[in-house]
Amino acid sequence: MSAVTSSALRPLLSPALMATLKGLGILAAIALAIVLLVHSGAMPKGSIGHKVLAAPFIDMWDLPDLLVQTLWEGLVAGVLYALIALGFVLIFKASGVFNFAQGIMVVFSALTLVGSYEIMTQRMGLPPGTVVAILALMIAIATMFVLAWLVERIVLRPLVNQNEIIMLMATVGLTYFLIGFGEYIFGGNPKVMITAQLGLPVGQTQFNILGGRVNIQHLDVAAAVIASIMIAGLAFFFQYTRIGRALRAVADSHKAALSVGISLNQIWVIVWFTAGVVALVTGIMWGARSDVSFALEIIALKALPVLILGGFTSVPGAIVGGLIIGIGEKMGEGYWGPLFGGGIETWLAYVIALGFLLFRPQGLFGEKIIERI
Amino acid sequence: MMLHVSPTAATTGIAKGEVLLNVENVSLRFGGVKAISDVSFDIVKGEVRAIIGPNGAGKTSMLNCINGFYFPQEGHITYKGVRRQKVRPHEAASSGIARTFQNVALFKGMTTLDNIMTGRTLKMNVGLFWQLLRHGPAMREEIEHRRKVEDIIDFLEIQAIRKIPVGKLPYGLQKRVELGRALAMEPELLLLDEPMAGMNLEEKEDMCRFILDVNQTFGTTIALIEHDMGVVMDLSDRVVVLEYGRKIADGTPDVVKADQKVIDAYLGVAH
Repeated sequence: MSAVTSSALRPLLSPALMATLKGLGILAAIALAIVLLVHSGAMPKGSIGHKVLAAPFIDMWDLPDLLVQTLWEGLVAGVLYALIALGFVLIFKASGVFNFAQGIMVVFSALTLVGSYEIMTQRMGLPPGTVVAILALMIAIATMFVLAWLVERIVLRPLVNQNEIIMLMATVGLTYFLIGFGEYIFGGNPKVMITAQLGLPVGQTQFNILGGRVNIQHLDVAAAVIASIMIAGLAFFFQYTRIGRALRAVADSHKAALSVGISLNQIWVIVWFTAGVVALVTGIMWGARSDVSFALEIIALKALPVLILGGFTSVPGAIVGGLIIGIGEKMGEGYWGPLFGGGIETWLAYVIALGFLLFRPQGLFGEKIIERI
Repeated sequence: MMLHVSPTAATTGIAKGEVLLNVENVSLRFGGVKAISDVSFDIVKGEVRAIIGPNGAGKTSMLNCINGFYFPQEGHITYKGVRRQKVRPHEAASSGIARTFQNVALFKGMTTLDNIMTGRTLKMNVGLFWQLLRHGPAMREEIEHRRKVEDIIDFLEIQAIRKIPVGKLPYGLQKRVELGRALAMEPELLLLDEPMAGMNLEEKEDMCRFILDVNQTFGTTIALIEHDMGVVMDLSDRVVVLEYGRKIADGTPDVVKADQKVIDAYLGVAH
């Protein structure tokens, strides 16, 4: 009887849902406690407790337009973090390699795009515009494919079955190679992303809502939409196609995948190429918001807390983790930043991740590590 | 980008009773350790061939040589009349060799259905474009292969666990799913590495029945490693016995059972 009940309830009360409900319950309790503390006068205005625990929420309530603006910016940043993290997850799942070079792949692919556009318009005299931009995009995609193929040939194949740390070192080496090679070909100066030429919207729209003004950059909308489509597309690809099935198979067991005739070499090329395309999209979006320069490489480090949150092996985890970090960061900067004198955006993500590690070392969606002894 | 199907997949006509796979003087070393020394035997089309021997005799290494996980340093393996030099696992798979593993190697996060569908990988070749659309040829192909997989699921009597991630299944069922995945490849030569290890009597009987059915209904040639002597004697047409990487006996179960060297290997010799 109890077995029947539990199996009937299982779809409703999955462990994840139970955990979420529990989390929400704790949050509600904390909120209630804060309200009681403020109202009972135990936490007077101006005290540290009030500044940390109450004032930010009162600000949110008082200026809802600012809250919407902050949430929106957090969402856009989060989607882009999710994209970078996705690049890591793809490669980690299929080959067990933590690809340190993912950050530089973002820069390198964006540089290839902008650089080949510059070469075509300035040196070859082609007319600037969408046609050449699309051509440059195709060159960049082709370059990422060649890179994936070369990495498989020169790095992965000879090092197959080596220790993880050796594979990591190999990707560190790849990073420095790409930095040097990129600087040699395209020079070290920051470049401007060819946003308008690629047909991406520029400009912004202001909404007068909630008694204030919310600014939305058109590019951010495009970034969020494109990234979402890309993530949904990849999820679909993994779940429903033959190659997607093969990719999941390789992620699970190399020897079993080999025994059914899946070629690891081909899968690795596909995975690195996919990660390269994800890097290119990330590079376009990030490059459009700042410049395309080697400094962009460090955004890869922002993917680390996302991965810790989401788990290294989970695509949904990368998405949720990215959103939590993105929104958490912007909210933290906006509402709690002033307490620390501002600039907490640079380290808050790591603190969130650290806090998370204490409770779920395997991440939100990662596989639980159970060592059998 | 497609997972290519190698041209060797074309079925060469080997009739029942002819040699399907011939192992000639194969030696395999890992550094200084000799796993297999100078072993020769053949597998005839349509038979159930058992490879037995004490632990560490080189049985699994032998299977690994046949399906391309290991490359023997000396000797040759001739398959369907073609002498192979270095064959890689996915090439062996596309030439019709399927296998299962001693300690179940399934895709744990995937469902039973998906696991068995991976066995069809080499038989599916609609390009990425249609796959992404999940329409037209890709959908037709998916349905066609799904049908074959459903036949296998019916055959192995695992309908009820179709949508369950295999990591959650009990060991005996996992072994059955693994057999299903190998069968989905429609192999000519099926290598089974201890298909009954860790099973209870009932599960063993089921597995025996499936192996015999596969052999008799589909005419699949089977090479199996097994420790349960009763099973080996009942199932197999011929037995090859390895000890310390060397072949010590080869023949029908009755002949092998009576061989003094085999008896010594299994029971030990008085010194």
